[in-house]
Amino acid sequence: MSAIRYSARTANEKRRDIISERVKSIPPSGIRKFFDLLNSMDGVISLGIGEPDFTTPWHIREYAIYSMERGHTMYTSNAGLIELRQELARHLSRLYGVEYDPQKELLITVGVSEALDIALRAIINPGDEIIIPEPTYVAYSASAILAGASVVSVPTSRANDFNVTAAEIEARVTDRTKAILLGYPNNPTGAVVSRQELIAIAEVAQRRDLIVISDEIYDRLIYDVEHTCFSSLPGVWDRTILLGGFSKAYAMTGWRVGYAAAPADILEAMFKIHQYVMMCAPTGGQRAALEALRNGEEAVQEMVQEYNRRRRVICNGFNEIGLSCFEPKGAFYAFPSIESTGMTSEEFAEALLMEEKVAVVPGTAFGASGAGHVRCCYATSLRNINEALVRIDRFVGKRAKDK
Amino acid sequence: MREILEILEKDARATPKVIAMMLALAEDEVRRTIEDLEKSKVIVKFKTVVNWEKAGEELASALIEVKVSPQRGVGFDAIAERIYRFPEARSVYLVSGTYDLQVQVVGKTMKDISRFVTEKLAPLEGVHGTVTHFLLKRYKEDGDILEDEEEVKRLPLSL
Ligand SMILES: Cc1ncc(COP(=O)(O)O)c(C=O)c1O
Repeated sequence: MSAIRYSARTANEKRRDIISERVKSIPPSGIRKFFDLLNSMDGVISLGIGEPDFTTPWHIREYAIYSMERGHTMYTSNAGLIELRQELARHLSRLYGVEYDPQKELLITVGVSEALDIALRAIINPGDEIIIPEPTYVAYSASAILAGASVVSVPTSRANDFNVTAAEIEARVTDRTKAILLGYPNNPTGAVVSRQELIAIAEVAQRRDLIVISDEIYDRLIYDVEHTCFSSLPGVWDRTILLGGFSKAYAMTGWRVGYAAAPADILEAMFKIHQYVMMCAPTGGQRAALEALRNGEEAVQEMVQEYNRRRRVICNGFNEIGLSCFEPKGAFYAFPSIESTGMTSEEFAEALLMEEKVAVVPGTAFGASGAGHVRCCYATSLRNINEALVRIDRFVGKRAKDK
Repeated sequence: MREILEILEKDARATPKVIAMMLALAEDEVRRTIEDLEKSKVIVKFKTVVNWEKAGEELASALIEVKVSPQRGVGFDAIAERIYRFPEARSVYLVSGTYDLQVQVVGKTMKDISRFVTEKLAPLEGVHGTVTHFLLKRYKEDGDILEDEEEVKRLPLSL
């Protein structure tokens, strides 16, 4: 064994540079360092997580187990179970009044992750530009680069509660702009763009002939306001690729199911990629998703109510500590400013982890405009949230005294 | 009010301050509401769920089906009261079906329970018969699972 490995290594030294330029151009994840540190520590309260702390509601798990007992273990049709697509069409129509034909305009994917990848690959030609508001979910720019696009960021800031405006987007449109990629409710900021502003963005898309990819995976996790589905806005149905999923609303991250909804010509192109690289989304996950849509509403409401309470506690807590935190209207992240400590977001996150064993993600992991902020996920028990707040308070208090 | 009760039902130790934060209410208002709910007995009491077996205490417990005849004027209430006044009776319900009262009895040993049933419960006037089911194992009580559940591990950091 060791001999083989040895020879492999010597061969390596003679090998030419084999990693593609494209892959090399993707910046390494900004949190790798923390990840390794975290894994070596005990007693850490992590607010650095990006998934629900609830396990999938039991009725969904039970239904999936039953489907496996009955032998549903094979590939489904490439586009996904037709019952699931039909149920999804009804669901989208009921919630947002948007109509999609389950036969030609809906595709079940391996999470929004895959949907995002194939949406980009379906529309991007080399050199096309894609406009992405920032701070942003990290996979957006990486997937765009892999698809061959050039990313044009639109920084957003605390001044406007991390909302992007139509004017800021339009100012960056060029002859090569192909698409706008929106993700609201937003990871990492929790921002929700108002319906009015979305209408203005829809007008820009029409005026400048752009596609809009709208990642609405957090659509159900929204507090005291209403979610606007982008494709429901006037005039943009036929230029919107709507991405949605089950991971967050139904606490189903590990099942790997999501979907894309788009006009037939775009969906057909995405389908082409999907059938060759994925065949189909996991069958067990699709069955679970079917049950989630049919009978999961009550569980969603309960989880949302619980997140909402935690959201209020954590935001209040940060503001009391002196880390000013705007009110996030969606997802399960708070994005407080740590500027009052005089530290950078990386310094803050690293010192907080070392001194108080609380993990948060530096805002710069989501783009330069995340500087001065940290992302704190409140999808964890109130007990953890309260303990984390005590520790952060102590940490910040110590800095204030040292100054 | 409903939400305050829901929170307290899950966690009797939630303080008015925390509840106020969770619900975006004023702390004073929450405090006053809780006091009123206690006065009007909507909140019966605050207590702790204990797994006595874990604490090393041996306890015997039984569910007892009791057939009774209702009395004129008071129906089942008078006989139910006679029974629920016994401290051994942990819960007493009037139920539909093949018997009338369901009584949960707790004692130190099975013998305690047998004695209670044969000496106190069965001889009561109006009681026609009892069927005693000894509890063999407790899985879930009042919505709480008692078994130690395997801790589900999430990735400590994800983007
Ligand atoms: C904004 C956003 N989009 C997509 C995803 C990926 O979701 P899925 O599990 O459906 O692939 C995540 C997960 O963190 C996310 O935060």
